Amino acid sequence: MNDRVMKSYRFREERQDDWARLDQIVTRAEKRGVRALSDEEMTTLPALYRQAVSSLSMARSISLDQNVLAYLETLCARAYFFVYGTRVSIGRRIAQYFRRDWPASVSAALWPTVLAALCLFGGAALAFFLCMQDMEWYWTFHQGWDSRNPDASVEHLRETLYTEDTDIADMLAAFAAQLFSHNSGIAIFAFALGFCFGMPTAILLIYNGVYLGSFYAVFWDKGLGFELTGWLLIHGVTELFAIVLAGAAGFMIGGAVAFPGTKSRMQSMRDAGNEAALVIIGAVLMLFIAALLEGFGRQLINSDVTRYVIAVSTLAFWLAYFYWPRQRPEETR
Amino acid sequence: MARPSITKKGGPDAASGDARREAIRRRELRLKEQARQARRVRSLITPEGAALNLKIATASERAGAFLLDFALQIMAIIASVWIIALAFSSMGFEGWVIAGSVSAVVVFLLRNFYFIFFEIGRKAATPGKRALGLRVAARNGGRLTANAVLARNFMRELEVFLPLSLLLMTAEDEVSGWIRLLGIAWTGVFVLFPLFNRDKLRVGDLIAGTIVIHAPRTKLKQDITSPTPFSRGSTYQFTEAELDTYGIHELHVLEDVLRQSTKEIKARVAERIRGKIGREKGEGEDDVAFLEAYYAALRARLEQKMLFGERKVDKFDTGN
Repeated sequence: MNDRVMKSYRFREERQDDWARLDQIVTRAEKRGVRALSDEEMTTLPALYRQAVSSLSMARSISLDQNVLAYLETLCARAYFFVYGTRVSIGRRIAQYFRRDWPASVSAALWPTVLAALCLFGGAALAFFLCMQDMEWYWTFHQGWDSRNPDASVEHLRETLYTEDTDIADMLAAFAAQLFSHNSGIAIFAFALGFCFGMPTAILLIYNGVYLGSFYAVFWDKGLGFELTGWLLIHGVTELFAIVLAGAAGFMIGGAVAFPGTKSRMQSMRDAGNEAALVIIGAVLMLFIAALLEGFGRQLINSDVTRYVIAVSTLAFWLAYFYWPRQRPEETR
Repeated sequence: MARPSITKKGGPDAASGDARREAIRRRELRLKEQARQARRVRSLITPEGAALNLKIATASERAGAFLLDFALQIMAIIASVWIIALAFSSMGFEGWVIAGSVSAVVVFLLRNFYFIFFEIGRKAATPGKRALGLRVAARNGGRLTANAVLARNFMRELEVFLPLSLLLMTAEDEVSGWIRLLGIAWTGVFVLFPLFNRDKLRVGDLIAGTIVIHAPRTKLKQDITSPTPFSRGSTYQFTEAELDTYGIHELHVLEDVLRQSTKEIKARVAERIRGKIGREKGEGEDDVAFLEAYYAALRARLEQKMLFGERKVDKFDTGN
């Protein structure tokens, strides 16, 4: 046999200190973030990374040491994810979301939003007029467990709209109940089911509109329309807006799947999914705010006028926030 | 990898013929397994033009990671509810109502933001994923955006919580029983979706453009070949014929044996190799030293051949 030093051995000997150094930097960065790295480490990192990547392709062709290959594969993958990974800190990312991404994504989704609103309020109008003609329709849409049904007295219905004495525990309970209410579930499902061409989203929105409309008809019939509107809209503006936006997110994905245009269907769905995610996380936040308004605002404020003022001002706020034209600042990611 | 031809050189006696058939059967199984593993690998071309081989996480790994995370979530919920209950219990009935509401908020946050919080983080993996060496990556090799993490985790509602709530739903009459059954069948499509595509994507991955890969941390171990090669093995001189007995697969097996098996196994392997290459065990010969020397010589020989573009896959590979 020859007595020369094995090539793969020498190859490893020359480079392993650099690999270990890269490993150390990446491990530290994974544990404590970019800030934990010194300036010197930051400047050597790209060179070390490129060297490790070239070592890997070299090792594949000259070394038969399994351990070295496996080590380099994972080291390079980890370094790659770090070098080409997200650079922005969570705090800045969140700030940017509120400053730019959220309103931009919502205003970009104008047509899906209109469609979702049509589904929700169209369903509501349909049920409302059906019920106004014949109250029996109410029982088609609702089960009997709700005491606020056509057979209830005006006094009982009025009582449900106002709260006399409240304490913090009741308010918290109402707030918590709202978080787990049916509506936050609807919002997330309206998004999640969007990819079936948006059909389940539309059905879900219409069904909820019908539920709302028939409920409304009961109060209207008893001459409580004005009071109910105040009771409903103090948080309902935010909540219904959130549901409409969630539906819009569902339609974005559904539309992207149905009509991918020049992109591949997968690519189109992926792009729409990333855009729609911005809308849906915003909708979840809005539902949280709505729960606060319902839990505290509605229990504390029993004056119709104040309720209307809050409803109108929240609507004005959301519309201005989402649709007010603004300059697009420089892209930072 | 070209399929090497197998040369028949089985002896006339039935016993060695059987052993040979068995060896060939085992080899076929091994090649099949190798091909199966190779299908899990996706190569990602970095901007530097190098290919990284990323391994797709299997469905069972992902299910395991999810169950771990789910268990962690439930434990966190139990712990926080317990602490909240303790904190408010002095306030009597009123306190219980408040405690109930506060824990509802905690449950809401844990349920919706547990996965998002960890996957947006630096390791792009939840504790369960990290325990199994998994991480989330963007499918196109670009950077994993926060949007993608949000999208893939909101779909979880559909894939996990909807089927769960359907399972827990009670059927009052026959019609709602049927509806429930249909619902379970329908959501079953989402639950089982990862089993039916090549990249083991769940619906959330599909929408978000992400993929879950298996990239555990590996330690760089000591090279088996000694710093001054063949100094200790200088007493061992192997002829080319002796080294050509084995191929790359056997070299890798030998590497595993040297790195992690017991003394008895090493002795038995040394015995097998000596038998195969037709060497007698010398007086006071150390099995480990022999194996290391043979490993070094075999690796040198195979690597040299590799430089000439000749990969001897295993002992059956005669290169024709």
